[in-house]
Amino acid sequence: MEKVLTRNIGLAQKPTDLKAYEANGGYQGLRKAMAGMSPKDCQDVISDSNLRGRGGAGFPTGMKWSFVPSDDKCTPGHKYLVCNADEMEPGTFKDRLLMECDPHQLIEGMILAAYTIGADISYIFIRGEYLVAIQRLRDAVDECYAAGLLGENILGSGYKLDMYVHPSAGRYICGEETALINALEGKRANPRAKPPFPQVSGLWGRPTIVNNVETLCNIPHIIDRGADWFNGLGVGEDAGTKLFGVSGRVKNPGCWELPMGTPIREIIEEHAGGMQDGYQLKGFLPGGGSTDFLTADHLDLAMDYNVIGAAGSRMGTGTMIILDDRTCPVGMVLNLIRFFAHESCGFCTPCRDGLPWSRQVLQDIEEGRGEPEDLETLAYQVKYIGAIGNTHCALAPGAMEPLQSALKYFYDDFKQHISSGRCPYH
Amino acid sequence: MSKKEMIQSDIGSVLSAQEIAEIDAELAHIPYKSGAAIDALKIVQAKRGWVSDECLQGIAKYLEMSAEELEGVATFYNLIYRRPVGEKVILFCDSVSCWIGGCDDIKSKISNVLGVDYGETTADSSYTLLPVPCLGACDRAPVMMVGDDLVTHLDDKKITELFGSAANGSAK
Ligand SMILES: Cc1cc2nc3c(=O)[nH]c(=O)nc-3n(C[C@H](O)[C@H](O)[C@H](O)COP(=O)(O)O)c2cc1C
Ligand code: SF4
Ligand code: FES
Repeated sequence: MEKVLTRNIGLAQKPTDLKAYEANGGYQGLRKAMAGMSPKDCQDVISDSNLRGRGGAGFPTGMKWSFVPSDDKCTPGHKYLVCNADEMEPGTFKDRLLMECDPHQLIEGMILAAYTIGADISYIFIRGEYLVAIQRLRDAVDECYAAGLLGENILGSGYKLDMYVHPSAGRYICGEETALINALEGKRANPRAKPPFPQVSGLWGRPTIVNNVETLCNIPHIIDRGADWFNGLGVGEDAGTKLFGVSGRVKNPGCWELPMGTPIREIIEEHAGGMQDGYQLKGFLPGGGSTDFLTADHLDLAMDYNVIGAAGSRMGTGTMIILDDRTCPVGMVLNLIRFFAHESCGFCTPCRDGLPWSRQVLQDIEEGRGEPEDLETLAYQVKYIGAIGNTHCALAPGAMEPLQSALKYFYDDFKQHISSGRCPYH
Repeated sequence: MSKKEMIQSDIGSVLSAQEIAEIDAELAHIPYKSGAAIDALKIVQAKRGWVSDECLQGIAKYLEMSAEELEGVATFYNLIYRRPVGEKVILFCDSVSCWIGGCDDIKSKISNVLGVDYGETTADSSYTLLPVPCLGACDRAPVMMVGDDLVTHLDDKKITELFGSAANGSAK
């Protein structure tokens, strides 16, 4: 398969500086756009490419951008492009790779995205712990200013864009795009009510697009090589390639760029090398900590948004977490719910008070104090905390996804904890 | 110093000229002063390690916001420290992939060797131990950060190499 997003990324290779990036075809997409494509031309190519957001929700990128009002339809002022580089979803480790190893690819994607939506200011909102990526991005941004790729009159086109690398001060909720905008404004990162959507009223009340790192890294290639080429990369329903990852007790945990629609079995058995000796696959979360469990019965499904959706889970971030037969499913869900309870921003009651309640019930079961009616309590929590619309943002419903599917697939494990008064895995 | 006196104290005597210059650089592209609240907290913390009450008051005054409002911001974020921390902060990943990889045992080992639990600082002020969400290195689990460095594939041997062992008396 042709490598696209990771073509400059090799284990032995140094991260690309501007010279190396350009030598390997970098900034071709930008040069092409600046020389003869209008923002509308770029918008059409991205819409036709069927690129969907890689941040977790899979929203079509072209459609999202099309909601930004044109200059004649909004008051004069700034428009913003924000790259969401917060990557804190448990089990997710793909954006780090893209930023550490090929920072210019992201920057080129951002310049093109900003040009398309008419933004004049852009931010990379990056989690504070990603110190290597922060430094490499800052160096790359400096190189771009010096080379006329950022700032006034980019490549002589008359287009102007500023870019800032903005390290976060922490908290998982900052990855939610409206919470991220509040954090950028120097406030507590509580999510905002929608509507108004950020595309219309985002940072400082101005039109703002927030896109994931991997989404933006696709843009230069699509502009350079066209929508048809991109559509042809997938082997299933969806377009393009994707970084898929596997962690847990497999022989070769890691992250690989593969066509959209690659079968799960190929990812786990070929690329991740299958399970470690002495371990069997019991289940897996297909796309990070807030996606529903799937099981060995689902291994032949394609990693496409709708296919995984139809099986009752979500593609999420595309980084899988494997549950093996010697790890306790109740313990694993407890770990996840403890995380989400801790990371609740505290704004709404079902999440702030409901998640700690779930955690307590799970902890009781795991530690041998469970009662039969606890299972009803958990089902009740899933129903009310998990319902979209009962909470102010998607954190709490996301937290319920691994719990509800664990109750479906590993119900006997829960029951056994309760009947024997201990965790059978210890 | 009473709270009121602190608020009235000269910002210049609390924040250094360099800190003020760095905050000003942020303010240059932010439409409202309070918009630089998090940046300012990070700038002050960068050299001092943490944000004292006095610094909090100084920043609030400089950004024309109430100290209470700034405190609300500061305490929201886990990478802003409102208490002194050790020379190096250990950010220990306790999320799901590291948990599957046995991070609970590694955490016990660290606590045992350094004599600290989460939120505590070693007696000699070398290390503060804190939990952190998934560090995005799950393929190399279990992992942690020690100061600026990511340490991967943690096991007992690595912990001993880094921190010594309680048994041989080199524990901090
Ligand atoms: C609690 C929560 C955390 C999130 N964290 C991230 C994140 O770390 N990175 C990310 O790109 N998107 C994250 N998202 C999704 C964003 O809100 C948003 O959908 C995404 O950045 C849009 O980019 P895309 O359209 O390119 O996928 C999170 C959402 C929620 C509800
Ligand atoms: S669901 Fe949780 S994280 Fe989201 S707004 Fe409510 S309390 Fe905050
Ligand atoms: S779970 Fe520890 S690095 Fe991801």
